[in-house]
Amino acid sequence: MERVYLDYASTTPVDGRVVEAMLPYFTERYGNPTSFYSFGQEAKQAVEEARAKVAELINASPEEIIFTSGGTEACNLAIKGFALKNKKRGKHIVVSKIEHFAVLEACRWLAERGFEVSYLDVDEYGFVSPETLEQAIRGDTILAIVNHANNEIGTIEPIAELAEVAQDRGVAFFSDACISNGSVEIDVARLGVDLLALSAHKMYGPKGVGALYVAKGTRLEALLHGGGQERKLRSGTENVPGIVGFGRAAEIAKKEMRSEAERLRKLRDELIREVLRIPRTRLNGHPERRLPGNANFAFAFIEGEGLILELDFAGISASTGSACSSPTLEPSHVLTAIGLSHAEAHGSLRVTLGRFTTREHVKRLLEVLPRVVKRLRDISPFKESFEDYVEGTEWKGGEHRHV
Amino acid sequence: MYSKILIDHFRNPRNMGRMENPDGVGKVGNPACGDVMYIYIKVGKNEKGEEIIEDIKFETFGCAAAIGTSSMVTELAKGKTLEEAEKISKDDVAEAVGGLPPIKMHCSLLASDGLKAAIADYRKKKGKGDAAEG
Repeated sequence: MERVYLDYASTTPVDGRVVEAMLPYFTERYGNPTSFYSFGQEAKQAVEEARAKVAELINASPEEIIFTSGGTEACNLAIKGFALKNKKRGKHIVVSKIEHFAVLEACRWLAERGFEVSYLDVDEYGFVSPETLEQAIRGDTILAIVNHANNEIGTIEPIAELAEVAQDRGVAFFSDACISNGSVEIDVARLGVDLLALSAHKMYGPKGVGALYVAKGTRLEALLHGGGQERKLRSGTENVPGIVGFGRAAEIAKKEMRSEAERLRKLRDELIREVLRIPRTRLNGHPERRLPGNANFAFAFIEGEGLILELDFAGISASTGSACSSPTLEPSHVLTAIGLSHAEAHGSLRVTLGRFTTREHVKRLLEVLPRVVKRLRDISPFKESFEDYVEGTEWKGGEHRHV
Repeated sequence: MYSKILIDHFRNPRNMGRMENPDGVGKVGNPACGDVMYIYIKVGKNEKGEEIIEDIKFETFGCAAAIGTSSMVTELAKGKTLEEAEKISKDDVAEAVGGLPPIKMHCSLLASDGLKAAIADYRKKKGKGDAAEG
């Protein structure tokens, strides 16, 4: 049975062309870019070429790209690095409620160390409005943070408008673009952001490499200290094969993005249309202003973990925002932020398509999914609403908080 | 993550569905937490005249562990006297499904509590019935 991988937002396979570009840097051109001799300089050259390619993907200058160990490090460097360097100007940060944990946890870390963090509400689609941002900014605000697109529901934020609001108030703007890089056009000049995080493994590059775009004039405190690599912002010997792979992935994405996005949008819209035929199913996120490969649904009266398990038995990989599949047993903060109740959020399914997804794959999912949803609903006590449970029953909920 | 036994009970749940005119119903859990169990029982008598669980059914909203342990608790309880059934603990259920990941242990508690709640519901109704008759 061929595995049907529909979780591209989680990670992507490395494109064969990327692997090919990386291979020589493991065994033949393994020099250290810091070394002065030609063997080292060959590796340095490769890193700089990759930097230029990643810069080109987002219309930045190569010297504005800092390579990191991944998206999480890029987010941490952006947030903590900026806050620590600029704390004399103020200690207030505003951040949307639907960020990745790499962003939220970095903010929380700062909040535990004397910074103040305000969380921005989103509307039913997950959009942060410029008005909401405007109202949250105070005299001591130094940094505003909104993801370029949301990794769960795929909503693409109006970053240019938001960054303009921040800029007008003298506040720096950071956007996490780890999920959208390589799948939709990102032009930092047009967006007007000061900091932007990128990740290679979400765009057919290897895991363990990412980058932070740092606009000229934006000052950061380094989080890693040592040999002073990456303009002293990220010490440590460069992950040369990874960086070369990232560069190649960026080059391919730049070239193929437009046609690929169009192909994925078509597949995604077909998928959404068909899945919404299942009764009591809602689409999470915006119908159009979403990442080309992202679909996110909530099926009433069932729980997502069983859904994922059933799909897995059928050879299909997808993900859920259900609490039962998360280590914290909390439902997705993104789904609750867009207004889903906890009970509804438990029944969510995220399907993300990518470069190697075919129409056949989508068909396979559509064959299995309605049957699985029906089976789980047959088991569920809820047939019409969650209300029939609460009324007139012996509710012992309080005793069954997770122990 | 899950044992073969649990997966089997998740995929082929025993005694699943709604019961018409049950003698007792136990409803436990909370939709917000992501797991709710309804346990329905029909009570009969054995040869010794003791009250036993003659039939049992469940409906569950929850993860695979919640569904699997519900199915298992119905198997464990079926045919047992009410006294025996009441003694089925969360550990009995967890052991019967071949163990549960620590984070899912509350599911077996829910299953054993659901059964106890159904028996309690039966006794409450019966108590009222006896009182009415008396």
